[in-house]
Amino acid sequence: MARINLNHIRHAYGAKPKSENDYALKEVHHEWNDGGAYALLGPSGCGKTTLLNIISGLINPSEGEILFDGKDVTHLSTQERNIAQVFQFPVIYDTMTVYDNLAFPLRNRHVPEAEVDRRVKETIEMIGLGGWAKKTARGLTADQKQKISLGRGLVRNDVSAILFDEPLTVIDPEMKWVLRSQIKRLHKQFGFTMVYVTHDQTEALTFADKVVVMYDGQIVQIGTPAELFERPRHTFVGYFIGSPGMNVLPVKLDGNTATVGGEHVGLNFLPKVKAGAKTELGIRPEFVSLGREGMPVAITKVEDIGRHKIVRARFADQPISIIVDEDGEIPADPRVTFDPKAINIYADSWRVGEEA
Amino acid sequence: MEKTWNNKAWFMVLPVLVLVAFSAVIPLMTVVNYSVQDTFGNNEFFWAGTDWYVQVLTSDRFWDALTRNLIFSAIILAIEIPLGIIIALNMPKKGLGVPVCLVLMALPLLIPWNVVGTIWQVFGRVDIGLLGRTLEAIGINYNYVQNPVAAWVTLIVMDVWHWTSLVVLLCYAGLVSIPDAYYQAAKIDGASRWSVFRYIQLPKMKRVLLIAFLLRFMDSFMIYTEPFVVTGGGPGNSTTFLSIDLVKTAIGQFDLGPAAALSIIYFLIILLLSWIFYTVMTTSDAQG
Ligand SMILES: Nc1ncnc2c1ncn2[C@@H]1O[C@H](COP(=O)(O)OP(=O)(O)OP(=O)(O)O)[C@@H](O)[C@H]1O
Ligand SMILES: [Mg+2]
Repeated sequence: MARINLNHIRHAYGAKPKSENDYALKEVHHEWNDGGAYALLGPSGCGKTTLLNIISGLINPSEGEILFDGKDVTHLSTQERNIAQVFQFPVIYDTMTVYDNLAFPLRNRHVPEAEVDRRVKETIEMIGLGGWAKKTARGLTADQKQKISLGRGLVRNDVSAILFDEPLTVIDPEMKWVLRSQIKRLHKQFGFTMVYVTHDQTEALTFADKVVVMYDGQIVQIGTPAELFERPRHTFVGYFIGSPGMNVLPVKLDGNTATVGGEHVGLNFLPKVKAGAKTELGIRPEFVSLGREGMPVAITKVEDIGRHKIVRARFADQPISIIVDEDGEIPADPRVTFDPKAINIYADSWRVGEEA
Repeated sequence: MEKTWNNKAWFMVLPVLVLVAFSAVIPLMTVVNYSVQDTFGNNEFFWAGTDWYVQVLTSDRFWDALTRNLIFSAIILAIEIPLGIIIALNMPKKGLGVPVCLVLMALPLLIPWNVVGTIWQVFGRVDIGLLGRTLEAIGINYNYVQNPVAAWVTLIVMDVWHWTSLVVLLCYAGLVSIPDAYYQAAKIDGASRWSVFRYIQLPKMKRVLLIAFLLRFMDSFMIYTEPFVVTGGGPGNSTTFLSIDLVKTAIGQFDLGPAAALSIIYFLIILLLSWIFYTVMTTSDAQG
């Protein structure tokens, strides 16, 4: 149970990083609240695993420091930090039984055997391997192995933090749901700080209080699911969160009017943009309404996905997606309007605020 | 797909069969043939039945040599296997050190056996050898020509120097196949250095260790060149191993019958022991 501070952490795998691109982590400066549940979301290779390994002490960052509850742990070993981590790929001790695999981290820390037995039995039930305790781990299937990996993390509930690196990818959907709620329950019960890496945005959004979005070695936004949805700080977050992602249209700004092609969109604020920046307008498909009023669009495709329809269209020569209710009609001469409250303006991909 | 039987296919394996026949089966059968006959020269042979076998098996000379063989193999296995593991564990896993270490390790393996023998023979000589003179100078009675212990130590050191690399290379191959994630997980789980070895590295090395063990056993049990070059079986009979004895009997005394019987017995012992080791080690593997 700890508050974790990452102070200006940068990391390069190579010995002598020359340019910014040599860094796998560009700069991370952030505080993880004690007992918080964070989901870490981002595309492949953006540095998620690197970040976790830095927190747990498996790698030493090239620059910056890590504090646990204000205490500098940058040079402490994994053991001293008391952190549990579940890896992306299952790691099991082949020659041990399932039971001994789970008991291993506890016995290494000299937990009394009665306590080991109690916790291991509880965890074995939780991961659904009750009948397998006495089997050697070698012959198990990939998802059973991953459950053991997960179990070795969960059995240690007295840790400062548990880091999960996509722990459920190889597990079947039904079991995934069960395990996810078990993890949630343990988190409530024991209050460890939890960081959970996933590719799956629904998993991230339902699981965590705060979602951390990484992109290209940086944390681009940390926020509640609602914040990520309504106010993406970076166009990447707009694309990455939501299905389909946010429409991002290159625009020219003139006061509080944005111009796309020949169309003018009125803004309800005066964006603060430096001269010469590349400016874009972001609007989620949910906030574009299709009707007989507004600016003309040319519809290219309609996808019916059950609860609603996704309309793909071209607007001022840009592709745009629109979400329409299941029973919403599509007029012959379609036009769109944007909800002014839902419009975000980006300069060089970062969201800009209002002119003071 | 329908399987078609075509007896002509047997011709495909014929070349190999012929080769094996000439290189292994026929010599072996010749030896078997000698071992059950007696001769007084002139190419006249008499049926001798199991006489030679009885003679060999009841002779002290055989049992003494066999004991020496067993002790020698036991000693070099007890040294080379743990030493090989320790060296492999300490070899670098990445970087420039890897090729350097690998080449250094492979070096002794590339030297022909009789050369190894000669190198050590000269190296250990009390009059001109670097090692022999140094030991003599610091007051250690080292003279492998007269002192049986010195002779044994020389042979053992030689074999360790020559063959530990093989164990190292095999173990190293096992070690580098372990993904990083295992070591990371072990750190997270708070495993000690010993646990990492016991539960991660050793299981991964088990298969190659079995091979290393069998190779080193068979090879050391058949040791011939080194004692032949360095000690010639002496001082006395102290380094007369079965192989040396065999050659003495066959070529020195020209007793083809007993020599043939001895080779067959020798061959069967190696076969039997290797089979026992293999079975014991693979069944413990299946349970563990
Ligand atoms: N051991 C390493 N040596 C050198 N470069 C590495 C190493 N591990 C990762 N990298 C590089 O660092 C960057 C970040 O990798 P990282 O594994 O942290 O990404 P990730 O977000 O976990 O990706 P994924 O979703 O595929 O697991 C990548 O460009 C990767 O190639
Ligand atoms: Mg990763």
